[in-house]
Amino acid sequence: MATTTTQTDIQQSIVRQQKSEQRKKQILNLVLLALLLLAPAVLYPVFLMKILCFALFAVALNLLLGYTGLLSFGHAAFLAAGSYTTGYLLSSFPGLTTEMGIIVGTATSLLLGLGFGLVAIRRQGIYFAMITLALAQLVYFFFVQAPFTGGEDGMHGVPRGHLFGLIDLSDNNAMYYFVLAVFLGGYLLVQRIVGSPFGQVLKAIKQNEPRAVSLGYNVDRYKLLAFVLSAGLAGLAGSVKTVVFQLASLNDAHWHMSGEVILMTLLGGTGTLLGPVVGAGFVVTLEYQLSQGPLGDWVDPILGAIFVLTVMAFRSGIVGEIQNFMRKNMS
Amino acid sequence: MTITKKLLTSAVASALLVGGAQAEISDNTVKIGYLADMSGTYRDLAGPNGLTALEMAVADFGGKVNGAKIEIVSADDRNSPDSSSSTVRRWVENEDVDLVAGLVASSVTIAVSNILEESNKLGIVSGSAASSITNEHCTPNHIHYVYDTYPLANGTASAVVKEGGKTWFILTADYAFGHALEGDVTRVVEENGGEVIQTVRHPFPTSDFSSFILQAQSSGADVVALANAGADTTNAITTAGEFGLTQSGQTLAALLLFLTDVHALGAQSAQGIQLTTGWYWDMNDETREWSDRFMEETGVRPTMVHAGIYSSTIQYLNAVKATGSDDSQTVRKQMMDTPINDMFAKNGIIREDGRMVHDMYLAEVKTPEESKNEWDLYDIVRTIPGDEAYRPLSESKCKLVTQN
Repeated sequence: MATTTTQTDIQQSIVRQQKSEQRKKQILNLVLLALLLLAPAVLYPVFLMKILCFALFAVALNLLLGYTGLLSFGHAAFLAAGSYTTGYLLSSFPGLTTEMGIIVGTATSLLLGLGFGLVAIRRQGIYFAMITLALAQLVYFFFVQAPFTGGEDGMHGVPRGHLFGLIDLSDNNAMYYFVLAVFLGGYLLVQRIVGSPFGQVLKAIKQNEPRAVSLGYNVDRYKLLAFVLSAGLAGLAGSVKTVVFQLASLNDAHWHMSGEVILMTLLGGTGTLLGPVVGAGFVVTLEYQLSQGPLGDWVDPILGAIFVLTVMAFRSGIVGEIQNFMRKNMS
Repeated sequence: MTITKKLLTSAVASALLVGGAQAEISDNTVKIGYLADMSGTYRDLAGPNGLTALEMAVADFGGKVNGAKIEIVSADDRNSPDSSSSTVRRWVENEDVDLVAGLVASSVTIAVSNILEESNKLGIVSGSAASSITNEHCTPNHIHYVYDTYPLANGTASAVVKEGGKTWFILTADYAFGHALEGDVTRVVEENGGEVIQTVRHPFPTSDFSSFILQAQSSGADVVALANAGADTTNAITTAGEFGLTQSGQTLAALLLFLTDVHALGAQSAQGIQLTTGWYWDMNDETREWSDRFMEETGVRPTMVHAGIYSSTIQYLNAVKATGSDDSQTVRKQMMDTPINDMFAKNGIIREDGRMVHDMYLAEVKTPEESKNEWDLYDIVRTIPGDEAYRPLSESKCKLVTQN
């Protein structure tokens, strides 16, 4: 009798704790949302949109790196595929509404992701990373050569157009709230994926792939789906970025971009939902601030030093370390 | 439906813009934004020293124009059109920047010129090479000041053929820029009675040029032309130097090469190269005097881009002074009406497509024996008159020209 009471007590207290943690998370999310909604009043909208686009890109990579344990070194290819497709469609077909351009751009990246994924998931670890890098380089050279991309000069003057044919996106504030909506959509999708049974299997694969295989999961299928989803989200980020900046350039396809997004994700904290967002915000802000000042020469060395420091001393990244700290001091 | 709406809004917008033009200096401040590569590949040819040149121009002008303060802001373009366009958008929308100077990577320049056209501000391009900037990408809101690829091909190729280089081997970087240069060079060589016997394309970028240089040597051509840029060109030249290409009697013609590149290569590996430049520091007393001042500030000799930044800023401020306005179209018109005569150019004219036409120079890199110091690098072989060097307006695809 006595033992059952304590058991139910413990269970109840666990449930209570979980509920209070959930409530805390909800409050945190609401505060962040409010901040994002109010941000353009204080900060320059185009700058905020840049952060949101890169945050979405990093969130996409994190689905693969943080939750499935696959390090893709070729994600720039998906960003660029989305970016160039949307740019090409919106500049060539003036009747097309903006969201159609974005949808087709995203779909292109999804398909490209399927192609990449089918080849790359056959190998693990460093070989996987190198295959994605090699394929991304092929895509890069395609964009260098293809006549419609404008080569080194890039694609310029992409019209922002009208959302659903109604809302004029040339207004920076309208554009900002649209980008915010797209970003939140992508973020919530990843949150949903990670929390779903599918996400649990991905985490199992990350922790111990042979065990997942022995439990009867078709690991390759799961990895492929995660890869395709991640590629699609990266393409979405590229498509939206093109609409924001009204241009698509080779920088998007260059392997530097693949490296930069890995940096953002690691810096913010892999395997945490907010980590990539914080990482993207941090890197973009740092680059932006340094490029305006006398330390302009030192952007790359500073980023490099921060990266080394993160990997050596703060392996869980900014958000990961904060979470660890809270956990340690709360209990 | 949407198209008519768009036309309407743009018509209204342009009407508003024209209506907004006033003969006064906004905020009683002339604000110049310097945007260039401060940390990457193009750092040496423009970079922080370009900012120094700009500051020198403002200081020489007295720091004030018609009583209005001249302010300078600067930013690194990171060679990225994204970063640059967000910087420039903020400059023109929030910080009331009147002129954007510097502008190096062509992708950055084209992105920025689109924003300048939208917001009706002015840009002076000193660093970019692409001739498309005043051709298909021309806007009424920017001026291309120092050089472009057209005279590079035209100048070097026609001059070298006239000097007796009849058979040509072209080594091309395999992307749009390289193809365009290759096409221009081939056309000019054939028009002048020369012959292109072989063209080879190399991937972009390439670090090992030995196989290409060997091919060039075995082709037996009089001239080996490098239709590439930046690190590709310097790598190819280093390799050619190691294989003794110029010593064995072939001429090496580089199409896009800056003084700082040649300085980095050294006279030993760069000797004998023929190239076209818009300006050289050691041409006359005027250029030497300015270059000495520049060297005192920076410790290096100026490239044509540095000199162009200085000269164009002075021209801009003169135009603001003369018109009493910082409105982009008023100032641009004044600049077009005033021939440029300073240490950078003689009788330089800004055309309606935004191209500043001035004399170009064919230079040959000195041998280590001829070179008296580390910056004594060029022999000016020939002056190419501006009208011959630049793309004639009759060939222009610029919307500002065809409309007339």
